[in-house]
Amino acid sequence: MGIVARLAVGAVAICAIGAGAFWVLTAPVRLDDVALASLGQGDAARGEHVFWAGGCASCHARPKAEGDARLELAGGVELKTAFGTFVAPNISQDSNDGIGDWSLQDFANAVMRGVSPSGEHLYPAFPYTSYARMKPADVADLYAFMKTLPAVAGKAPDHSLSFPFTMRRGLGLWKRLYLSDAPVVVFDDPPSDAVLRGRYLAEGPGHCGECHTPRELTGAVKDGQWLAGAAAAEGDGIVPNITPGEGGIGGWSQDEIVNYLETGFTPDYDSVGGSMVEVQRNMARLTDEDRQAIAAYLKAIPAHPNGYPPRQPKPTS
Amino acid sequence: MKRLVLALSVLALAGTAASADPIAERQAIMKSNGKALKSIAGMAKGAEPFDADTVMAALKILSEDAEKIDVAALFPKGSETGGDTTASPKIWEDAAGFQKAVDKFKADTADAVAAAPADLDAFKAQFGKVSQNCGTCHETFRLKKG
Repeated sequence: MGIVARLAVGAVAICAIGAGAFWVLTAPVRLDDVALASLGQGDAARGEHVFWAGGCASCHARPKAEGDARLELAGGVELKTAFGTFVAPNISQDSNDGIGDWSLQDFANAVMRGVSPSGEHLYPAFPYTSYARMKPADVADLYAFMKTLPAVAGKAPDHSLSFPFTMRRGLGLWKRLYLSDAPVVVFDDPPSDAVLRGRYLAEGPGHCGECHTPRELTGAVKDGQWLAGAAAAEGDGIVPNITPGEGGIGGWSQDEIVNYLETGFTPDYDSVGGSMVEVQRNMARLTDEDRQAIAAYLKAIPAHPNGYPPRQPKPTS
Repeated sequence: MKRLVLALSVLALAGTAASADPIAERQAIMKSNGKALKSIAGMAKGAEPFDADTVMAALKILSEDAEKIDVAALFPKGSETGGDTTASPKIWEDAAGFQKAVDKFKADTADAVAAAPADLDAFKAQFGKVSQNCGTCHETFRLKKG
């Protein structure tokens, strides 16, 4: 074999090894047997609470749905981001267009690991990066509740993404780097039960960090600026700093945070706006105890200055 | 030439009902709304005792403030940005939708004044109707800015 041929074989071998490594590193990782075993039976009544805590209807109900229509999870809400437009899918009980045929294990793998029943990676516009921190038993409760919701026919439109984000397989690598079920905020002193409950709700099902924390260019959440506020994923606005740091909500008492989550009004009686309107409607459905817990957590987390650049003054013409 | 430009700008200003500083004016209205709401929100939550006079005074302010929202005068073209406005571009992109939201606020506050709630339950019903206008309108038509 000549040198050229030998080089060619070597190159092909390296490519094959590279491709093989890529294939292995990007493989979907499902929940392990321990997690699956701890799912349990699921309780629909408790699951409704998880449903509102998780904000499922905010993306999966039809755009602008109100009242009972918020329980018809036909999908269709668009999320326009730098990577392209994501469209929330139908997750109603319809067997063809929704998730009516999914087993509890299928559901838990999607919610907590971003893996579809067929083994595809789901895009992290679905905040499984937060839901990964959920208790399996809560996911089972949620599944039981969603089984009680109506089947709605009709698929939502496909995502419209730009290359290379159209290649789902590559997400495996991203998940290896950024998907973790560990809590974000680790407290030096043992925190109260309320703070721990609040951490669970805010970092897990509530997925606050997905909007309130700035991201790297890769789309990874910057844990060092957790909840420091960020440029909005959509449009020109910002998502506010909700740490006690400068620009944040350190001046709000715990009760004022609770009142905001319950009624949508700030201490100055300015009102909730933007995407937070949907979130606050969900928070209003939680128990007062859980709203207290979220507020206690927000009072306890590390202070950061604003995670978004200061506003540019309007150029004078 | 300079004088012509000046004269034209004066004419242009006179030709519209635009106020001198629409951003400051609309912000003042919103601040007044917040103050009025704050004075009665504690009662709606049951944290403070119901007081019909305070309620009526606040509802009247809210209704008068609502009437002051003349979309053409307070949200003229050119006031999309500037100052520390948090107006969303959607106000201008969906002018009909914005007008509808403003009209609903006017109607709901006028209704509340007409209802003149005399007890806590009657007040709570009106408060709920009036105050949900805030979030519903701000959901679409306000933009948080840094």
